[in-house]
Amino acid sequence: MAKYLAKRIFYLILTLFIVITVTFFLMKLLPGTPLTNQAKLSKSQIALIYKQYGLDKPVWQQYVLYLAGAVKGNFGTSFQFSDQPVSYLISSRIEPSLQIGLQAIIVGVIVGIIIGAFGAMKQNSWVDTSATVVSILGISIPSFVLAVLLQYYLGLKLGWFPIAEWGGFSYTVLPTLALAAAPLAESARFVRTEMVDVLSSDYIELAKAKGLSRMGVIYHHALRNSLIPLITIVGPLAVNIMTGSMVVENIFSIPGIGEQFVKSVLTNDYPTIMGLTIVYSFMLCVVLLITDILYGIVDPRIRITGKAN
Amino acid sequence: MDNEKDILEVRNLQVDFKTYAGDVKAIRNVSFDLRKGETLAIVGESGSGKSVTTRTIMGLNASNARITSGSIMYKGQDLLKKSEKEMQAIRGQDIAEIFQDPMTSLDPTMRIGRQIAEPLMIHKGMKKEKALKQALEMMKLVGITDAENRMNDYPHQFSGGMRQRIVIAIALVNYPEVLIADEPTTALDVTIQAQILNLMKELQDKISTSIIFITHDLGVVAGMADRVAVMYAGKIVEYGTVDEIFYNPKHPYTWGLLSSMPTLDTKGDELPSIPGTPPDLLDPPTGDAFAARNQYALKIDTEKEPPFFKVSDTHYAATWLLHPDAPKVTPPAQIVARQKQYAKMQKDLLAQQQHHGPVEEEEEQQ
Repeated sequence: MAKYLAKRIFYLILTLFIVITVTFFLMKLLPGTPLTNQAKLSKSQIALIYKQYGLDKPVWQQYVLYLAGAVKGNFGTSFQFSDQPVSYLISSRIEPSLQIGLQAIIVGVIVGIIIGAFGAMKQNSWVDTSATVVSILGISIPSFVLAVLLQYYLGLKLGWFPIAEWGGFSYTVLPTLALAAAPLAESARFVRTEMVDVLSSDYIELAKAKGLSRMGVIYHHALRNSLIPLITIVGPLAVNIMTGSMVVENIFSIPGIGEQFVKSVLTNDYPTIMGLTIVYSFMLCVVLLITDILYGIVDPRIRITGKAN
Repeated sequence: MDNEKDILEVRNLQVDFKTYAGDVKAIRNVSFDLRKGETLAIVGESGSGKSVTTRTIMGLNASNARITSGSIMYKGQDLLKKSEKEMQAIRGQDIAEIFQDPMTSLDPTMRIGRQIAEPLMIHKGMKKEKALKQALEMMKLVGITDAENRMNDYPHQFSGGMRQRIVIAIALVNYPEVLIADEPTTALDVTIQAQILNLMKELQDKISTSIIFITHDLGVVAGMADRVAVMYAGKIVEYGTVDEIFYNPKHPYTWGLLSSMPTLDTKGDELPSIPGTPPDLLDPPTGDAFAARNQYALKIDTEKEPPFFKVSDTHYAATWLLHPDAPKVTPPAQIVARQKQYAKMQKDLLAQQQHHGPVEEEEEQQ
């Protein structure tokens, strides 16, 4: 296990290095400059600012300098907020993003499992059909459309939840719902297919022959076996939520890293773009690593280590 | 045929399957008895209705199955009239089943000790620890070595033969009265097959259960069964003791089955086979369903269904060839040879009886 972990962590670092490199050079191809009012500045002023931020050096030198800093944990200072180091900017804003992200994936996956399982148990009934409709809607409606609809109906018309801003749990409900729709739909669809498969397998037949009740069969044998493969799609679902959160955070004015990311790209805030890219890639790699480890824990057939017999 | 030795009496069972194309008449008026402690083999080709019969007994038919008539009497009660809840109490307790493929019939994510203990926890209300202890005994009984350690293993850590032993342990852990074995050795290597069959026979003696043994393999039947019922197109066409079916078969379908089974005496380059395919049970033919594939078919076979004709007290066959007015036909050479052998066996037996008295006969019947 330790050897496996070490290997995976090495790959994680390698992945981050590749992501940093590719993003760095792509970012330099972005049109525009970090300067907001370039027209009002004289050539010497621009040169001075460039020198101050190290932008006068050739791109490869900037890259080497950035890497050298990043290894030491120094991700530079933001261009937009001139005094704020990128690391501070991110750490002070990551909490809201993590909160709605986690809430969304937990709510989405759990409700998805329930819907999917009922759909499979009552195959081809109205329950199943409505479960399918919910999944199709959840997959086809983009989170930002849903976000606006939720804002309008639940927020503005019914007044149940605040429309935007940040401050306490009630502010997280609408963004969570908007983000949860996609993982809910994905996992409902996935669990239904898996469960239909599992329910027609021989070991379910044997479980029935043992005299287990219908719910006993589902609870003791069908559920675990149909949920195991779900772990494989939790990684991609997390990605979905991360990308979705960039737009949704903007819509609900949530002071998270998603909103910050969009702002930094619009203003060519190079250090912040780099920092956030690293954070996103890191979170993604960790999610994938965790799902792989989890898979081994819940499925005895693919345990990484075992007794040596 | 009604007698107190019968543990299961199936009468006039008819099962249809609703499909888009129409009603498939999978079981057409099947009756048979299972006696206490015996092994009854139900033999037939794929689609003859063997498995549907056993599923109906278990009450585990697919949702599109309709039982249109008949009764299944178990200890004086009709299983077909029981509710799902009542059937749950019977399954795994009174009637247990072993399935065909041990590679897929165990839950891949549950430790096998727990899987064997489960029927005890369901039916005997045992706590997990106690049930596991009893499961361990069962594992030893079915011949799993190092059972103490292996009960914490998962199915993928066992070979096919070992897994079938585990499935047998699950089925027998509650000492059921009736064990249904649905082709339990089909998916196994020939050498393992023999081991599993021996194990089943040995356990049958130990826990005195009655077995319904479903198979298409006549070779397995010979060593395993006391009585044999031959099924064709959803009907039983002939039944009798193993000797009667193997050495004195009367139905042309049984002839065909036996001829197509290679024996040490089989000569020539080609193994005989039964021509044609089974009839479409969406629209079963009138008369004898086997008539179209039967080289000995009479005209009446296509018009009227043959009733059961009595051959002996234990041996019945549904073929018009047994009617007193039917022309005499000569069965395939291999069957004639078998019948000769049978006649000789009967003669020897008779001679022996006259020699030693009737004690020998009783032993023979057991």
